[in-house]
Amino acid sequence: MSEATANKIPVTVLTGYLGAGKTTLLNRILSENHGKKYAVIVNEFGEIGIDNDLIIGADEEVFEMNNGCVCCTVRGDLVRILDGLMKRKGKFDAIIVETTGLADPAPVAQTFFVDEDVQAHARLDAVVTVADAKWLSDRLKDAPEAKNQIAFADVIVLNKVDLVSKPELAEVEARIRAINPYAKLHKTERAQVKLSDVLERGAFDLDRILEIEPEFLSADDGHEHHHDHDHGQHHHDHDHGHGHGLKHYHDEDMQSLSLRTDKALDASSFMPWLQDLMAKEGGKILRSKGILSFSGDDDRYVFQGVHMMLEGDHQRPWKDGEKRESRLVFIGRDLPEQLIRDGFEKVIPS
Amino acid sequence: MPDFNPLQEQESIVSVTDRVVPVAIGAGVTAVHFLGDKAAFVGVEEKVTLVDPAGATSPVEVAFGGILCSTSDGKRIVMGCDDGKVVVLDREGAVSTFATDAKRRWIDSVALHPDGAVAWSAGKTAFVQAPKGEVKSFEVPSTVGGLAFAPKGLRLAIAHYNGVTLWFPNMAGNAEVLEWAGSHLGVTFSPDNKFLVTAMHEPALHGWRLVDGKHMRMTGYPARVRSISWSAGGKGLATSGADTVIIWPFASKDGPMGKEPAMLAPLKAKVTMVACHPKQDILAAGYSDGTILMVRITDGAEILIRANKGQPVSALAWNAKGTLLAFADQDGDAGLLEL
Repeated sequence: MSEATANKIPVTVLTGYLGAGKTTLLNRILSENHGKKYAVIVNEFGEIGIDNDLIIGADEEVFEMNNGCVCCTVRGDLVRILDGLMKRKGKFDAIIVETTGLADPAPVAQTFFVDEDVQAHARLDAVVTVADAKWLSDRLKDAPEAKNQIAFADVIVLNKVDLVSKPELAEVEARIRAINPYAKLHKTERAQVKLSDVLERGAFDLDRILEIEPEFLSADDGHEHHHDHDHGQHHHDHDHGHGHGLKHYHDEDMQSLSLRTDKALDASSFMPWLQDLMAKEGGKILRSKGILSFSGDDDRYVFQGVHMMLEGDHQRPWKDGEKRESRLVFIGRDLPEQLIRDGFEKVIPS
Repeated sequence: MPDFNPLQEQESIVSVTDRVVPVAIGAGVTAVHFLGDKAAFVGVEEKVTLVDPAGATSPVEVAFGGILCSTSDGKRIVMGCDDGKVVVLDREGAVSTFATDAKRRWIDSVALHPDGAVAWSAGKTAFVQAPKGEVKSFEVPSTVGGLAFAPKGLRLAIAHYNGVTLWFPNMAGNAEVLEWAGSHLGVTFSPDNKFLVTAMHEPALHGWRLVDGKHMRMTGYPARVRSISWSAGGKGLATSGADTVIIWPFASKDGPMGKEPAMLAPLKAKVTMVACHPKQDILAAGYSDGTILMVRITDGAEILIRANKGQPVSALAWNAKGTLLAFADQDGDAGLLEL
């Protein structure tokens, strides 16, 4: 993590459908003996029991930015609250924003990219979605918000697994993976998850975009996902990835797409394509990430985006023996898969 | 023999830094006001520090938590706090609770009327209490971004998302709405009551001519405008948000419509605070690198008050007579200058 990033207050966005266990997780975070002070921004102010000194009620006001981009929405109330909080630096170590079950995480995330003052003092750490193992499958059918929250997540806490049978659990997991194969998934009872699994994730930190692999193994299975990028034979396309005993579902609305090439890309043709794609299709693309290898550039270039908002930077030099390849992933609603694939093919030098 | 250095830039500007009385507040400062000849530095939380012209400090406990906003008429300071309280500090240093929000929400903005009425807001609701009157409230469609009383009559401008509502608390009937898309976070009336200007969430100001509602767009800022100040007589509106002080002309009946702003005191840092002298065409400007300059509006001549050290300047104010200037930065490194 760069020094500038390290000095910024990390913000965790806690989302999830009603009754999934957000408040349980929040109280666990706050009550654990970690010696850290949190400022908590909640919506149902004063109506739920949260034991913390610094609790701020928010209004979930979604504002459109006046920049001609319809998907560029921010949480106006959050701008105001963060403004007030940032003056009190030193009084807390991190911020947790709890959204209502009906909230779209995108405006929350975009607030951290659009607002310069917020950006100067705070950094989005991760979007953590709490899902109810028993009811998520139903919610994914009838509640678009629930689908959004899964699609957007960096970390998914699949809660109340004790209330479902093994086949039911496999089903809900497969449905989650159909929407978002990249998030870390933790199966819990009463939201018992290690705090290090939900906090300080650096999911939006360009320096920490190390690998882009589908996460078919959930972390609580005991075996961590060790990818060794030093050997060159690493083929792990997400299309082949459902070999871990999971049924493959296709979600009608939300899809993910991964692209890869081992040919060095030409930045002067790739970047305009990516920017044009985001400008035209950014409304459909919820999240995007990429590690890129450009010709004539010895550095890995990384980018990530939320809807139309893209940020990218040189990350570090490619290591000796490290396979120089470019990988991109997109998660979106009604993703124009063929258009993206065709466009990408065209910018790969032949 | 000292080295010969003909290019030393600091020598090209008149400096009065040695005449500044330094003051250490010891905590972040968000605003400074004058109560008589005492400067009152409003802390980020808990305290207001009163400082006499000689630099002697006396802290006053005013809140348990954060102080989110403050305003003053020279006789008292009204503050909005994060425990839902509106607190008043008077010239004698006495603290009283003026109002408490029933839901203990943040008090996001406060305003003071020349006749003594106090306005505050929590969430979407603006409140007004005139002296001897009862508390009246008005709800706007989204969270209140800023409040300002008109110079004449009891009329309150309430800035919010997509516009400003003009409310006469003593009159029944609908309030007037001035619409403009976007989030309006600060609001001010011109001293002659002819114009209303808001500072928006995006780096721009928006203005309305009140007589006919004609729009004025004031754009081109690299950063959000957080500090605005009317020059003596309301001839110009000085603003932060760029690497120069931007002053929009308001002397004519058309205001800044179709005119270019004056750009004074350019530095390689952003202007964070502006404060116009109450009587003369002079202003003080504080920058993100800690610099403070006094600038003559007519010709842009500069005098250095504080060199570029320390944190961004976060508070700047003149006393009513214009004989004292007080300033502070985000870390509470403050000073007083007597002219």
